[in-house]
Amino acid sequence: MTDLRQVLAAQVRNVLRSRWLVGYTLLLLLATVLLLRFGGSGTRALLSLVNVVLLLLPLVSVVFGTLYVYNAREFIELLLAQPVGRGAVYLGLFGGLAIPLSLALLAGVGGPLVVEALQDPSVWRPLAMLLTVGVLLTLVFTAFALCVAVLVEERSRGFGAALLVWLACTVVYDGLILLVLTTFRDYPLEAPVLVLTFLNPIDLARVVLLLTFDVALLMGYTGTVFARMFGTAGGLVAAFSMLLVCAAVPLWAGYRWFRRKDF
Amino acid sequence: MLLIQGLRKRFGRLEVLRGVDLTAAPGRITALVGPNAAGKSTLIKTIIGLVRIDEGTVLIDGQSIDGERAYRERIGYMPQAARFPEQLTGREVLALVRRLRHADARIDDALIGQFDLDPMLDRPIRTLSGGTRQKLNAVVAFLFAPDMVVLDEPTGGLDPVASGILKDKLIRSAAAGTTVFLTSHILTEVEELAHDIIFLMEGRVAFQGPIDQLLREAGEPRLERAVARLMTGSR
Repeated sequence: MTDLRQVLAAQVRNVLRSRWLVGYTLLLLLATVLLLRFGGSGTRALLSLVNVVLLLLPLVSVVFGTLYVYNAREFIELLLAQPVGRGAVYLGLFGGLAIPLSLALLAGVGGPLVVEALQDPSVWRPLAMLLTVGVLLTLVFTAFALCVAVLVEERSRGFGAALLVWLACTVVYDGLILLVLTTFRDYPLEAPVLVLTFLNPIDLARVVLLLTFDVALLMGYTGTVFARMFGTAGGLVAAFSMLLVCAAVPLWAGYRWFRRKDF
Repeated sequence: MLLIQGLRKRFGRLEVLRGVDLTAAPGRITALVGPNAAGKSTLIKTIIGLVRIDEGTVLIDGQSIDGERAYRERIGYMPQAARFPEQLTGREVLALVRRLRHADARIDDALIGQFDLDPMLDRPIRTLSGGTRQKLNAVVAFLFAPDMVVLDEPTGGLDPVASGILKDKLIRSAAAGTTVFLTSHILTEVEELAHDIIFLMEGRVAFQGPIDQLLREAGEPRLERAVARLMTGSR
């Protein structure tokens, strides 16, 4: 445990000082302020912000995370040459990425929203949801990043794989859902679509966030199915748990490879 | 004391180490030499535990290292390329490795003074030159007055002055009883430093023993010629 804490502290410090992270924080800050100022009133601005969070967060987490691990290769070797277990080094890397990325989100998106919420108390609830889901998504895609960087030996291919993960979760998966919907439109599809949504962290995050903003009706019949499912406290817990599972699975798979990896 | 027996390692289809047997004794400098792709770095990394063993045993002071990590308390390692977290300072890196060695290890940071590294230690690593990083790398390897140091091309990237300081350090450590195990492709350096030489070729040990024995057997006065003879002779 103390080993993990030491590695974690060093990694967090290293990532927090990187220009990349500062840039990311400023980008989120800028996007949030601009959307709040010019993005229309109340919910409209928040909805645009949801899209930023859903696209940008996973992209930055998975790409920055993957590249960071490749760059840290020699340092990982140096750490492993110390009397330290591989688990401490691996989790230290994960936390060292996930914590600063989450802090960037809290500062960049959370900061301006808190100012907004001080004037308009109705913003508190969507604010809390947005940040919770955002942190969970950061965990999920940092876990994917580690998994990719451990499994794919070559840096350029790892970068490609990281982009593919992001594309698969954003564009490709939605395309597949649409395909299923159009192909089987004569059948009742609520249950299968619900399951499919549950399996993709970004879709799951989107549904949870949209429901917070009471725009479920805009999503038609499936929207009401979702509202019935996620509107309850139990549904919300299920959704959050599922996001944690989505982070745990790649994290665990990456560790299995990391433990046996030759450096 | 390092003892390796029947060590085999393959990466996919490529068999890098094909049954390596060797020893490195305390108080002596043992140099591992061989052509490119002979498996030198893989062998070094196996000793540190960075590369997993397929077959065979690596014993340090009679203890198998397989799956262990405590033995690394007593080993210093200097990898070929030194890269540290770019945003940390040298001092922070040294503090980190110190905290990772929980044992009440004796600290030997004499190299910091000898390299005149102290003024550089508070600057972020990213602002340091390759040579300075390599010096830091050497400091880390010797920081805990290890029983055994393993060095992969230690003088690569160092200027002649720094290289001389490091070589003196190796000689003094060996004289004090440390097992020094290094790879190098600079044969004049090996001739100057090493007591024993291990010639690795195509994943096997082609020669192992004191340098003068190799010279005698080859009938050559210089190591470079003797090694060249080994390389062509076994083809």
